[in-house]
Amino acid sequence: MVTNITNLGRSGLSDWLLQRVSAVILALYSLFIVGFLLFNPGLDYAAWSGLFAQTWMRIFSLLAFISLAAHAWVGLWTVTTDYLKPTGIRIGTQLIIILAIFVFLVWGITVLWGA
Amino acid sequence: MSKLQVSLYRYNPETDSAPFMQEFQIDTQGRDLMVLDVLHLAKEQDNGLAYRRSCREGVCGSDGMNMNGKNGLACITPLSEVVKGNKLTLRPLPGLPVIRDLVVDMGLFYKQYERIQPYLQNDEPAPAIERLQSPEERDKLDGLYECILCACCSTACPSFWWNPDKFVGPAGLLQAYRFLADSRDGATSERLAELEDPFSVFRCRGIMNCVAVCPKGLNPTRAIGKIREMLLADAT
Repeated sequence: MVTNITNLGRSGLSDWLLQRVSAVILALYSLFIVGFLLFNPGLDYAAWSGLFAQTWMRIFSLLAFISLAAHAWVGLWTVTTDYLKPTGIRIGTQLIIILAIFVFLVWGITVLWGA
Repeated sequence: MSKLQVSLYRYNPETDSAPFMQEFQIDTQGRDLMVLDVLHLAKEQDNGLAYRRSCREGVCGSDGMNMNGKNGLACITPLSEVVKGNKLTLRPLPGLPVIRDLVVDMGLFYKQYERIQPYLQNDEPAPAIERLQSPEERDKLDGLYECILCACCSTACPSFWWNPDKFVGPAGLLQAYRFLADSRDGATSERLAELEDPFSVFRCRGIMNCVAVCPKGLNPTRAIGKIREMLLADAT
């Protein structure tokens, strides 16, 4: 057993499952957005804004943002533990990554439910 | 008949400040020798050359090395399989400290093997004769027990290169699954609890170098997938 405290789920198994589930959600969201753009060639602001005004789209988007946050945390945490060997640099980078993910997530929520 | 150009990794920490490649011209007399035979011929030219070997038939796992960029056992690898353009480059197994020439320190590899407790654990009173298995239960161990611990797979694995002190590595995990899959072993939940952290098993990224190099044709990636399935079944 190897102890870790800066990974998302505190367990390799939970990180691994989150990584896979979030990947599926992100794939579905990406396919939906690409499909929407393809089926609406002359896309204008009203149509785009109308899409995001609907509650189901906001829930779907929030789900995708949370998935992206979890996916990025697990993935980038793994990268830092592979390549950053000095403890100070590794913890510093991990904290910056986690803070950035938090900021982007809250920003995303304000965009979704803002004006 | 042109001679085979052999480039050998040399390093003697007592006399050399840094490792270097030494060139040899080996007369194979047109025969398709094994790489180990070529090493013997090179040693005739320079008897200071150090490498491990024992059974010379792919059973003991002593002469794992990197041949033209790919790990394998020198004793069962014919020149026709590895030589490109009449050149053969031999290096020690990557990622482990070099003791001398092609001899590496396998300490970390064995430490990870020891961690998975590679022996049967069973608290039940032993039956009079032996613990029996059905043919189906025995079949589960095929493709697992054959490992000879040559370290070709673990030293080909980038995840093991970056974290050899934390990631068990393909060889150790193949053996971990060998005991998890054994119907006679009673320590399954203790074994699984030791493996669920982010490094021991989950640092495997499915690169599958282990499968590509295994001289015995085994599949550690599949075993790692089975361990993940067992962990998932246990924890959900």
